[in-house]
Amino acid sequence: MNAVTAFLAGLIFGVGLILSGMTDPGKVIGFLDIGGSWDPSLAFVMAGAILVGFFAFAFARRRAQSFLGAALELPQRRDIDRRLVAGSVVFGIGWGLAGYCPGPALVSFGSGQPKAAVFVAAMLAGMLIYAAAERRRPYFANL
Amino acid sequence: MMSFAGGVLIGLAAAMLILVNGRVAGISGIVGGLFVPRRGDVTWRLAFIAGLLGAPLLALLIGVRSAPRIDAGLGLLLAAGLLVGVGTSYASGCTSGHGVCGLSRLSPRSLVATLAFMAAGMLTVFLLRHIV
Repeated sequence: MNAVTAFLAGLIFGVGLILSGMTDPGKVIGFLDIGGSWDPSLAFVMAGAILVGFFAFAFARRRAQSFLGAALELPQRRDIDRRLVAGSVVFGIGWGLAGYCPGPALVSFGSGQPKAAVFVAAMLAGMLIYAAAERRRPYFANL
Repeated sequence: MMSFAGGVLIGLAAAMLILVNGRVAGISGIVGGLFVPRRGDVTWRLAFIAGLLGAPLLALLIGVRSAPRIDAGLGLLLAAGLLVGVGTSYASGCTSGHGVCGLSRLSPRSLVATLAFMAAGMLTVFLLRHIV
């Protein structure tokens, strides 16, 4: 049952990314290009998602368990450390270079886009490098 | 406003995953978690990813079309993918985990992360398009 609902959530998430224009790197770069002909429309993607998400997470916080009886794994950390900031900056550079972030890249890969496949392969390699590096540390960062 | 409608769908999917499965819809975290596998924690990740991969087919069936413009060449795609993979791992999240779910939770960590990757993305595009 967990797998079925997770699959459906992924499906809806992916259609949302396609509908919103997030799977078009040209549009994403247009959104990031504030020095050129800035296309602010992708800000509405975040607005729409947060509008729904705000109420969903507020409701989730008041519950002890998920509808399927699983633990609600809400992040608890509130500290702002160097890994968070430096990691986000590195991610942002990669995002700006190609116009892909993880979700849209996977969705485009699913549509058979060869360039998205190259990006996804490199992204997985990056995650693997991180996982290998973390294994040498005394604890795992929560992914 | 297709962007807003798409955003609402993304929000609904994130709502479904947290309320039904008890998990945060952060794509980099869902994928990255596969590299540190724990018993009982793998299937839902693969199922969610399968949903993402299947989304273009569903979009096609319901008449949602997209014509992506991808300017980046092979080298740039490889470099970008690597940076996104490493960066999101260290930051514990990406556009979905921090930008959507984290901001929905009013998390200060996610606000800092979102401002940082937005600023870095904008600066990168500025340098690439207007300086180099």
